[in-house]
Amino acid sequence: MYAIGERINGMFKSVGAAIRGGNPEPIQELARRQLAAGANYLDVNVGPAAAEPVAAMEWLVKAIREVTDAPLAIDATKPEVMRKGLELAGPGSVINSTKGQQEQLDIFIPMAVEFGAKLIALTIDENGIPRDANGRCEIALRVVASAMEKGLEPSQVMIDAVILPVNVTQTTPGQVLEAIRSVKLLSDPPPMTVLGLSNVSQSTQQRPLINRTYLAMALAAGLDAAIVDVLDSDLMDAMITAELLMNRAVYCDDFLKAYRSR
Amino acid sequence: MSFEMPVEKWASAVNTVTLGATAAEGGSRTSTITVGGDTTLPFLHFEGRSPNRPAIALEVLDAPPAEWPAPMAEAVADVCQDPAAWAGKCVEKFGADMICLRLVGAHPDQGNRSPEECAQTVKAVLGAVGVPLIIWGCGQADKDNEVMPRCSEVAAGQNCLLGSATQDNYKTITAACMADGHKLITEAPLDINIQKQVNILVTDMGLDPSRIIMYQATGGLGYGMEYAYSIMERTRLAALGGDKMLSMPMLAQVGADCWKAKEARTPDDAAPDWGPVAQRGVIWEATTATCFLHGGTHIFVMWHPRAAALLRKTIDSLMSQEG
Repeated sequence: MYAIGERINGMFKSVGAAIRGGNPEPIQELARRQLAAGANYLDVNVGPAAAEPVAAMEWLVKAIREVTDAPLAIDATKPEVMRKGLELAGPGSVINSTKGQQEQLDIFIPMAVEFGAKLIALTIDENGIPRDANGRCEIALRVVASAMEKGLEPSQVMIDAVILPVNVTQTTPGQVLEAIRSVKLLSDPPPMTVLGLSNVSQSTQQRPLINRTYLAMALAAGLDAAIVDVLDSDLMDAMITAELLMNRAVYCDDFLKAYRSR
Repeated sequence: MSFEMPVEKWASAVNTVTLGATAAEGGSRTSTITVGGDTTLPFLHFEGRSPNRPAIALEVLDAPPAEWPAPMAEAVADVCQDPAAWAGKCVEKFGADMICLRLVGAHPDQGNRSPEECAQTVKAVLGAVGVPLIIWGCGQADKDNEVMPRCSEVAAGQNCLLGSATQDNYKTITAACMADGHKLITEAPLDINIQKQVNILVTDMGLDPSRIIMYQATGGLGYGMEYAYSIMERTRLAALGGDKMLSMPMLAQVGADCWKAKEARTPDDAAPDWGPVAQRGVIWEATTATCFLHGGTHIFVMWHPRAAALLRKTIDSLMSQEG
């Protein structure tokens, strides 16, 4: 599984303060720690409070690039903020994210092609979040068809079937698993699948337990990537174990260490 | 209708490992051997690269068995009391790429030679030949822990291949290997999980993965050959898939295993229907080696020079298409 480290996000107090104060060190420390903990990508989000989001994204990506060349997932909704992040991050980045309505796809798919980036597409459109797996798959199909039309390989598309907090809607986790399975049948080669995992446990009392249990279930359904707190070592242990149980790695007694020594 | 060759894209490659050190590299070898570096399954030249030829080591014992099978006696009886002369014959007459010196005489039940005696044998063989050397203990853990550090020390700087580290006994030999600039054989009992575990244990001690050669205690034809092959194949697939703890080149101990088989040894009068014993063992050994060649083995430890010659011919043929 590709782990996208979620911690460089202006919504976190320390990160927001570092952005506002122009202090790169806490950001760079988070980059290093997340990579050491197994992140394959670092999510980069300036947060909702940034007064000048383009300038904030520029500053943030440059600060990270001083310490690592690891691929970044540029997390923004405004196209100009996304473009700035992609320009500075270099090839192999991830666009996080577009929604499924056509006017957004018309902006972000060409951007993915231009920058050689992967594209996370949320199964949300002008009507909101679908209630069930079928609705999610309909949007995913529209995204994949549009990507193929515009020259973006389906394997560069990462469908996020949008998980909601379990204490808000308890039917969604099951519907999302079904959507993950179905999305894999949309094309050959299929699109990738991704989840913003932590949302499943929002405002619950057992967040880490819910996160890691659901991650293992989603991996079994075919999940390829997740935006996660890679610093949660129990979560990463669950991910490594799930991959092992699915025969994606050769067992040995020190399988956790073996994964981490990659 | 045109046929399109299905080509797999692999994420990773087998490690490249060089054995032996020339004078320029601080040793006294006149040749070195480089194995590994493969970016595809064995000999799929249309798909990826196999940049280095598999290598053939001939085995030299510091104490020959009480009784050789007739074809082996014919090949080595004149030199088998003297490891240095034996090694010399293997290189000059039989064209071995490497020598595998097996210190069986150190075993408490087979001579119980002292670490110093073993070290002198190592020195003598190093002096007699210029090819890279594999130095392998007697297989008795406690004795090997006495013998191998001393043998490693007298070969310091020669970039030898030391055998072997096992799950239950790896610390002493790994430390010696690191101290004296050698490479290490990690051994598992036909078990890919244990193989990976030994690799983790020795790298945890600080040995770089690029200094490891893997050995699955092999079974010859009729004695688990297919199982060994399937483990080799699975190991190569793991390496190509990016498993860094299974990305090391592989070694197979072919000669010793094959010549244990009754089919290889039994004289003609006791088995008149099995074909001439002069050919049986040689074919047994060559067949096993050919199977392991297709399984992805990089270093072959062979006994009979004719079996080695047959294997070399197969390697020549399979490598001739490597661009």
